[in-house]
Amino acid sequence: MRIKVNKKILAKNEDFAAANRKFFQKNNILCINMISSPGSGKTTILEKTAKALKNKVNMAIIEGDLYTKLDAERILATGVKAVQIETKGSCHLTAEQITNTLHKLDTSRLDIIVIENVGNLVCPSDFDLGEEIRTVVLSTAEGDDKCKKYPNSFAQADVLLINKIDLVKHLDFDIKKVKRDARKLNKDLKIFEISAKTTAGMDKWFKWLIKTKR
Amino acid sequence: MHEAAIAENTIEAILAQAPKKGSRAVRVVISCGQMNAINDEAMKFAFDAAADGTICQGAKLKIKHIPLKAGCNNCRKKFSLDLYDPKCPKCGKSDFSIGDDAPLLLEEIEFEEK
Repeated sequence: MRIKVNKKILAKNEDFAAANRKFFQKNNILCINMISSPGSGKTTILEKTAKALKNKVNMAIIEGDLYTKLDAERILATGVKAVQIETKGSCHLTAEQITNTLHKLDTSRLDIIVIENVGNLVCPSDFDLGEEIRTVVLSTAEGDDKCKKYPNSFAQADVLLINKIDLVKHLDFDIKKVKRDARKLNKDLKIFEISAKTTAGMDKWFKWLIKTKR
Repeated sequence: MHEAAIAENTIEAILAQAPKKGSRAVRVVISCGQMNAINDEAMKFAFDAAADGTICQGAKLKIKHIPLKAGCNNCRKKFSLDLYDPKCPKCGKSDFSIGDDAPLLLEEIEFEEK
């Protein structure tokens, strides 16, 4: 017996994502989903962002990792709220995990929530978390061919942070080529060139965050 | 390996469709867009693993890849976009508008006749 179903396989995730989105809109919270390979510098970017903006913006960070609470501890040390999700082996965060985490977080008066996804440039892209802005981080040490190799992540992003630009002088990394490749996939992509370590270029990212929050 | 999570969600969706207790699924058709980055081999492996011990055990999985439609802003040609070679096949320019990508869909299930 053949049954025509035509139902979305990720319907459950989409339902949770829609509920999260509604929650963020109702509470005037800008939610950013940050995606990248492991080691691109997401946590350092967020540490520096937390330190620079904590007296101007009410922020909270949701950290996603397979194991450990190390990243949340780094953010908490800056004085900004952070909650860790340990996925216990799963390669991406789901919208349901975010819903459950929002219950643990004091979200009153929050302006911005950044979700640092599990380090992985493929899988997290398939799972809408209810975010308003999707940010991809690409660090120069990863190589300048990543937009071509992982087009899905770049095509679905709103913002690209090219991190570790202080290392470019030691590497064969062509920033212009990366920007060109990224914009082929996504002509509206907002791109920032930064070094979280030296804070070069970070002021533009901070200004953009402040401008974009509701 | 996002295929594992997708496989689990697929099995759950199939279980919800079983016409009666003990009905066995023998063939399942799913479709995906280009943004989902579904690898057939990984997807089938994950599906078999998730199906183990359920009414889907041993079911054959068919995966359809739905093209991503794009329109060239330079020469106006409509084409299926290859994300790994993002340019217009006619004029070669990379200035195009992309349509909505197809969602991951459970299209069809064939249950064993008893």
